[in-house]
Amino acid sequence: MLYLQLFFEFFKTGLFAVGGGMATLPFLYDMADRTGWFTAAQLADMIAVSESTPGPIGVNMATYVGFVSGGPLGAVLATLGLITPSIIVVLIVAAFLKSFRDNRYVNAAFFGLRPASTAMVASAGVTVVTSALLYAGSTGLAAVNWKAAALSAVVLVLTRWVKPTKKLHPIVFILFSAVVGVIFRF
Amino acid sequence: MKELWTLFITFAKVGVMTFGGGYAMLPILQREVVEDKGWATDEELTDYFAIGQCTPGIIAVNTATFIGQKQKGILGGIFATLGLVFPSLLIISALAGVIDAFSHLVWVQHAFAGVRVCVCVLIFNAVLKLWKGAIKDIWSGLIFAVIFAASVFADLSPIIYVVVAAVAGILIKTLEVKK
Repeated sequence: MLYLQLFFEFFKTGLFAVGGGMATLPFLYDMADRTGWFTAAQLADMIAVSESTPGPIGVNMATYVGFVSGGPLGAVLATLGLITPSIIVVLIVAAFLKSFRDNRYVNAAFFGLRPASTAMVASAGVTVVTSALLYAGSTGLAAVNWKAAALSAVVLVLTRWVKPTKKLHPIVFILFSAVVGVIFRF
Repeated sequence: MKELWTLFITFAKVGVMTFGGGYAMLPILQREVVEDKGWATDEELTDYFAIGQCTPGIIAVNTATFIGQKQKGILGGIFATLGLVFPSLLIISALAGVIDAFSHLVWVQHAFAGVRVCVCVLIFNAVLKLWKGAIKDIWSGLIFAVIFAASVFADLSPIIYVVVAAVAGILIKTLEVKK
């Protein structure tokens, strides 16, 4: 039963997540909320592991969530659920490739879908910020975890504005943050 | 059969060599699919990628299905896609077990607390990248603002937002043409 549910949940994710791996995030948070198979905090760890291991991040996250929720078989079914709608849709679209790309309505729908997808990923980001940078239960400045805020500022500067580090793979920053977390006892 | 197996293996290789997904996969596909196997030209690959972005699902998965079906029809699409996700299944399942076994250690918890901070920044950077391709004018800005506010403050399924945004896009574009 759990396996069927996992397949179905990820089928929905694969069908409605538009814009690649990170676009599955809002669906995963929604899933954590509704099913209780995993927590939002666990999900943040899964994102980090998925970014740092080989494979497309969206596929890795599905496999990880599936594994945590239902063991090896859960991992397989979650991943199959995620890719099944892709296979179906792409095979259909491939049949009339050109007219799909140039279709006015398809383009118009994507004009709306792209900002919506961006907004949903941003909102998932807010959830991670709340759990990583703020203490639960406090308000105002007392709620800010200053050690974490300082680290986030450093990583932000390194990934956006410092020329030599900007181009580095995310795994470098993930490992760096893990080391900082251990040394400064986050 | 041999060709299906070749598709599976080739995309398994692409899967192993892709870190992150999406655009990170493009140079690897260029080498494997265009230069090594000659399954597609550079232009075709760019086309598949564009379609992969405007069909639902993971871009990497969509692109793999596309190239597979071009080579060997429906079965080809399926084998290429299964090949792509195969390494993820092995690697993540192995890792998840290991991480679970060590998660009670204090220093592992500190490490993941640090990593979570980094994930904030990574998501922020991903949003900025998406923003560039998505928010082009006042209308797309408005859709962003509404969906963002709704998904932060309301507790609705993301499916609703996706459907509403697609309909909004079609309405806005249709009205613009009429004007």
